[in-house]
Amino acid sequence: MELLCPAGSMPALKKAVTEGADAVYIGLKDDTNARHFAGLNFTGDKLSKAADYLHQHGKKLHIAINTFAHPDGWRRWQYAVDSAVDNGADTLILADLAVLEYACDTYPQLDLHLSVQASATNTVAINFYQQQFNVSRVVLPRVLSIHQVKQLARQTTVELEVFAYGSLCIMAEGRCYLSSYMTGESPNTAGACSPASFVRWQETEQGLESRLNDVLIDRYKKHENAGYPTLCKGRFEVEGNVYHALEEPTSLNTLDLLPELMQCGISAVKIEGRQRSPAYVEQVTRIWRQAIDACARDSGNFNPQPAWNQGLQAVSEGSQTSLGAYHRKWQ
Amino acid sequence: MQYSLGPILYFWPKNQVEEFYQQAMQSSADVIYLGETVCSKRRELKTKDWVALARELAGKGKQVVLSTMALLEAPSEVKTLKTYCDNGDILIEANDVGAIQLLSEQGKPFVAGPAINCYSQHSLHRLLKLGMQRWVMPVELSRDWLQNILSGCDELGIRNQFEVEVFGYGYLPLAYSARCFTARSENRPKDQCELCCINYPNGRLTRSQEGQELFVLNGIQTQSGQCYNLINDLAGMHNLVDVVRLSPLSADTLDWLEKFRANKNGQCPQTVERDCNGYWHSIAGMNLATP
Repeated sequence: MELLCPAGSMPALKKAVTEGADAVYIGLKDDTNARHFAGLNFTGDKLSKAADYLHQHGKKLHIAINTFAHPDGWRRWQYAVDSAVDNGADTLILADLAVLEYACDTYPQLDLHLSVQASATNTVAINFYQQQFNVSRVVLPRVLSIHQVKQLARQTTVELEVFAYGSLCIMAEGRCYLSSYMTGESPNTAGACSPASFVRWQETEQGLESRLNDVLIDRYKKHENAGYPTLCKGRFEVEGNVYHALEEPTSLNTLDLLPELMQCGISAVKIEGRQRSPAYVEQVTRIWRQAIDACARDSGNFNPQPAWNQGLQAVSEGSQTSLGAYHRKWQ
Repeated sequence: MQYSLGPILYFWPKNQVEEFYQQAMQSSADVIYLGETVCSKRRELKTKDWVALARELAGKGKQVVLSTMALLEAPSEVKTLKTYCDNGDILIEANDVGAIQLLSEQGKPFVAGPAINCYSQHSLHRLLKLGMQRWVMPVELSRDWLQNILSGCDELGIRNQFEVEVFGYGYLPLAYSARCFTARSENRPKDQCELCCINYPNGRLTRSQEGQELFVLNGIQTQSGQCYNLINDLAGMHNLVDVVRLSPLSADTLDWLEKFRANKNGQCPQTVERDCNGYWHSIAGMNLATP
């Protein structure tokens, strides 16, 4: 089972390698990448240095080009594919039908993974991408239960990758327009959910307020941990009740499921967080390396160590974690 | 310009669905989309009921399309999808690529629904090769984006090979989740939802703590808090849009259909202060651009 870790910068990438990642995924410094944040990501010289560093250490480089091409920006997505290949990517993670087609036709030997943004949640959708574009792996959205993940693993010959830890996206990825509805900027086309330029924090008499394009997402009392103002994690009112109508600020943590994921043949576990710090990447990679190794040695007696969960909780949103949709009860 | 009625996005009792389509049959709608696209637990009408209803409507001269689910997770849901796709001659709206896979294997044409991620002329080209007849633009795209895509289609020589449909009225489908937010709003887990969506024929309105209307909870679907309404934008659609979709809210939607027809060239504008049209104008979807 491959441990696939995120990097938004060279220091984060080096930490991932030091702590035992098998592969690292990165994005380019433009809107071809679904984590398009200022000060992050790779371009030109840095891209080839990242590839060299990983290859010198016997690790693989995955490059995510996982937004959807603009009608007048096609060359940018083509260039992203070309540039990723020229600079030494082992694998491209793609979502757009046309980008998949271009990569598959132009570089038939290239390893293509289907991005979670393509939202393939069932066997026939997986067959589609396998047959049309010869993808070797599908990254499953965070909306499936563990039972459904196992069913898919039995029914497909393509490799499956699941999210193991990180921000909990509760909507089917690539099909969520909540952010563009509020801000006009779409994750699918501009590459960021709740873009930072629309976020405002304000101390008021009623507490700390977070706003997105002036819409009140939440108010926090003094003792409360504030989450990032993504729309799915705010407190809203439904017929007089104010609560987390969609989800609470929390991170996904699937350590408990590791033996099951290994047993059903999941090829890779992915750590979310290209937008996070090198310290986050270091901490999470170290813990997951230990966990995977322990589970591979003796999955029957695998028990997540309390220190692992504590370490992960410390870097979690709202300092809490969840099994998310993997667990039926969450749904 | 043609007008369509989209699939009913809510969970209505069977008799209400049948009554709506009896009225729709008499209406001026050119195209009628049918079927359950949100949640497989909503089974007031079974697959065979939808197919029978589709045949009845087709018999009255309407163009009928069966719409498939957007989020397919369980093998049972894929099985239902197969039943839809194997129906014979009724056109299918694919809302997941799984449906495109099944239909293209059979060499059948399809409508690419609004939940299919298609944002460029190159993706459209691929869908055309697979059998797409009509493209329903993702709801978050604008008039400018559409114009750019269609210019691109001109360059590729494919502009005349498909129709363009735009979601023009109703609460926008914004997201799909594994979690049922309506059940959650009643403190129930999804597995014990008791089909409570049936109590909310137009979903549950969700406001900010300042009272701003933000979302509508509709089972696993999250919709816009404001009704999307492009009635005053119709004049700018000529030569771009072939079909305008109205998403059924109640029988009143059929009155809106007539208002849309009457305002084809902007001659009968309507007051839409509480509605939104931002997406069409390349701004935040929740906003309302006035001419």
